[in-house]
Amino acid sequence: MKTVRIPPALRPAAEGKREVHAAGGTVRELLDDLMGRFPALRHQLVDGDEIAPFVNVYVEGEDVRTLDGLETEVHDGSTVILLPAMAGG
Amino acid sequence: MPDYRELLQQVKAEIDEVDVAAARESDALFVDVREVDEWMEGRIPGAIHVPRGFLESRIENAAPDKAQPIVLYCAAGNRSAFAAKTLADLGYENVASLAGGYTDWKRSGLPTELPRSLDAAKRQRYSRHLLIPEVGEEGQLKLLDARILLIGAGGLGSPASLYLAAAGVGKLGIVDDDRVDASNLQRQIAHSTETLGEWKADSAKRTIEALNPDVEVVTYRERLTSENVDRILADGWDVIVDGADNFPTRYLVNDASVWHGIPVVHGSIYRFEGQVTVFSPHEGPCYRCLFPQPPPPELAPSCAEGGVLGVLPGIVGSLQASEALKLALGIGESLAGRLLLFDALATDFSEVTLRRDPDCPVCGEHPTITEYIDYVEFCSGRPAHA
Repeated sequence: MKTVRIPPALRPAAEGKREVHAAGGTVRELLDDLMGRFPALRHQLVDGDEIAPFVNVYVEGEDVRTLDGLETEVHDGSTVILLPAMAGG
Repeated sequence: MPDYRELLQQVKAEIDEVDVAAARESDALFVDVREVDEWMEGRIPGAIHVPRGFLESRIENAAPDKAQPIVLYCAAGNRSAFAAKTLADLGYENVASLAGGYTDWKRSGLPTELPRSLDAAKRQRYSRHLLIPEVGEEGQLKLLDARILLIGAGGLGSPASLYLAAAGVGKLGIVDDDRVDASNLQRQIAHSTETLGEWKADSAKRTIEALNPDVEVVTYRERLTSENVDRILADGWDVIVDGADNFPTRYLVNDASVWHGIPVVHGSIYRFEGQVTVFSPHEGPCYRCLFPQPPPPELAPSCAEGGVLGVLPGIVGSLQASEALKLALGIGESLAGRLLLFDALATDFSEVTLRRDPDCPVCGEHPTITEYIDYVEFCSGRPAHA
């Protein structure tokens, strides 16, 4: 199991959860699992076959766009952070 | 047992000496080993002061690289000869003593400078800074010379401006076009019940001036826009603290800071969570490297729409002040290239790595945005070229 951290702006679409467990060996599989359970997340996370340009996905602290994108491997025990920009000040 | 004269001769035979003409040409670090009262009467420009009595204990902090060329000087070249032997014993590889010392330097007509110093009142006010080796009198003088611009005098700008003012940052600029509202006072501690209805820039200025009269406060009672940003930045700022409450201003601050070469200490907050980083133009990633596109408005509620825990901006804004002070002092490791995430509910700090995007439209190798754009439209969610 892998842990996915849900940012506050996306929590309304994920039953208010701060962290959820998800199954899969790659970012794509994890997000598919997540979006299958929380369909409202889909348009907030992906754009066609890509990660939405306004969301960053980090695996072990590294932006997956600098790794293998959606095909980036996620190992057991890893934490995936979903991070949209927030502007509040 | 050798007497003083014999010992001095022995030591001088063991160390390297350099005359003032050669010393002037070198790019060595000058270390003044005289007593404080001698140092206060004049020094070689750029020299650092490590009195000989503290040489062993302080030199490694002052000059950590043991291969760095160092020229030690005292008044006449005798104390510095002993000091050169000490540094050689400590493993410094490239040390010389200035023959004839400061006296010969001055007699040769070479430039000298009088060290600036703090008056008694400032010594007392900043005494807790003066005690920290990384700050000290030099650092405090740097802070008093520093000029920091705050974008927003709200949740983040309030604590950031108060701590920067308390620390003795000499000039603070405040850009804010809003007035103090009762709903602000749950977190915006630069304002008070007494200043309800006032411009936030003026209200913050009053609070800052009451806290520390050493600080000059410049207020801009206007919203930062493509039209006024160059004028405001032309007033000369070393660091920008971004505490804006909307995406168009954040992208505008980013583009302007890249083009003006001014580092930005970024903070943002929502409900229980905050993000902090430093954008260092052309050295580290910029805001557009991190977030090339703003989220559609419905996915990015503001604090006015979604709320924020009152103390959260206190934590995030204080972190921003800490980063800004480090930049002004030139010490420590900044958050450039790292995004710090704080979650107050879980009391959890975590960090992700930020990298420069070679394709960044503003700071990348082939920039495609080279002048200010319509930032409101860019962040509206509508395609820019529809």
